[in-house]
Amino acid sequence: MKRPFVQNVLSRLDYKIITAIIPPGSRVLDLGCGDGELIAWLMEHKDVDARGVELLPDLVQAAIARGASVYQGDIETSLNDYPDQAFDYVILSQTLQQTRHPLQVLRNMLRVGKRAIVAFPNFGHYSVRLAHLFSGRAPRNRLFPYDWYDSPNLHFLTVDDFETLCAKENWPVERTIFLAGQREVERLPNLMAEVAVFVITSR
Amino acid sequence: MDIPSSMVVETQIVTFPSLALDCGVTLSPVDCAYETYGELNAARTNAILVCHAFSGDAHAAGISKEDGRPGWWEDMVGPGLAFDTDKYFVICANVLGGCRGTTGPGSINPITKAPFAMTFPVVTINDMVRLQKLLIDHLGITRLLSVSGGSMGGMQTLAWAVLFPDAVASVIPIATTSRHSAQQIAFNEVGRQSIMSDPDWLDGGYYGLKPPKRGLAVARMVGHITYMSDDSMKEKFGRRLRQRAELGYDFSAEFEVESYLRYRGSQFVDRFDANSYLYITKAMDYFDLAAGHASLGAAFEATRARFLVISFTSDWLYPTYQSLEIVSALRGRNRDVAYCELPSTYGHDAFLLEVEEQTDLVRGFLDRTFRNVSRKVAS
Repeated sequence: MKRPFVQNVLSRLDYKIITAIIPPGSRVLDLGCGDGELIAWLMEHKDVDARGVELLPDLVQAAIARGASVYQGDIETSLNDYPDQAFDYVILSQTLQQTRHPLQVLRNMLRVGKRAIVAFPNFGHYSVRLAHLFSGRAPRNRLFPYDWYDSPNLHFLTVDDFETLCAKENWPVERTIFLAGQREVERLPNLMAEVAVFVITSR
Repeated sequence: MDIPSSMVVETQIVTFPSLALDCGVTLSPVDCAYETYGELNAARTNAILVCHAFSGDAHAAGISKEDGRPGWWEDMVGPGLAFDTDKYFVICANVLGGCRGTTGPGSINPITKAPFAMTFPVVTINDMVRLQKLLIDHLGITRLLSVSGGSMGGMQTLAWAVLFPDAVASVIPIATTSRHSAQQIAFNEVGRQSIMSDPDWLDGGYYGLKPPKRGLAVARMVGHITYMSDDSMKEKFGRRLRQRAELGYDFSAEFEVESYLRYRGSQFVDRFDANSYLYITKAMDYFDLAAGHASLGAAFEATRARFLVISFTSDWLYPTYQSLEIVSALRGRNRDVAYCELPSTYGHDAFLLEVEEQTDLVRGFLDRTFRNVSRKVAS
């Protein structure tokens, strides 16, 4: 099983962006790492010391089979084990909206990592707004392809929501990248970005 | 059918002058029975030690020259298998205290010229590992690519990582624990009491006489129950009767599960020494990786190896929580650890039976470790 969102919408673009951010030789933790594709790529091409956490056993097996050091567990609890500042980068790609306690997860990411790279689908994208406005139902589109009753998403956030949280929590935002399809969005990200990537630091 | 000569293996024995044990006694001399498979490469970086479980021996793979038996891990160790002997040099040794060639309670005490029996010193998992280290040194290997094993073999892998951090690049503890729980000690004690209450045991002095076969067989029956699961027993035996259609209202082995356990028990006594059962179960019960350290995490402080920890869903003898304790402590020290709980209905036996999934995990893990090691050697 692949993460359909990453595969279909981002294709390899999220890898390109994340790998462009991460310098060679870094220590990286990928949360919700799936079958370890990104970790394996980082190890191969950037000589990165990469670890992963994934909940689904099939994906964990696939990740270990390709040589990735992946731990089968829940990111909401297993992050507690790691010592402070154990990693240079902690990646959370397309999983924030699926966590039960996103704030706790983000705080923990910044505890165990010097930087957090958070990528999430933007609920503020105009297509979502229009789908909701015109159908009068829970929005379902390319970004949020699930029926309300079997969606893995527990929280719905926009670019502006996340920026507000960063300001409130006093997290310095080092970099933002906004994406629509295969290209970067320059203006009105809260309206135009399908996916937002934030790099925040632990001060 | 002709067996390729490369598959036929012979257990070899090397004798070391002495070994100082945890209990304070020094054994001298000490024999270590071992087998090897595949070829050691020129850089000596492809050696893997596999550690057997409680009742195993040095014969992990290939066909035994002595008796034609396949090895206890024949599905995992061999050409093209998880521990690929076309690529790696695999070593397996009988544990200290055992009865398959390595010095144990059945060995002759050089001073008295009689079997040690219960005068044999109590040995520990760490002692077993120290003997393996002597063997590795003897074979000219300074750093193992990996140490792997299930159950008691898994305890040895953990002890290797802690005792000889510079001598192991990776360890693969499977279906194991960092220390025996009260329940695990309890099952072992039932086995020991079964042996020691057999009148033929004679305080361990049965060598040359009639061995305590009944006690040992019952001990093994208990063991087999703990190796299976409710589901696997249901599937394998259910309530099926053996060679009869109705209950006989007697105490013969009428249920298939009864007959199976009796068969496994009686088979075991022909290949295992009752005193070794006592000594090896005691070594397992004594095992506590955190002993002498502030915590399990502190015990792992010295380790430098990569870890691949595997547990199985239906294993209630070495349950997943015990593997998670290991993994959690390793993560607390930010050690390189991969962990997976494999689905299986086989219970503890899964580590010998779930070959396909373990093969994928072990192959990928070893391959990555070997590339890391080779790269460091090259640079």
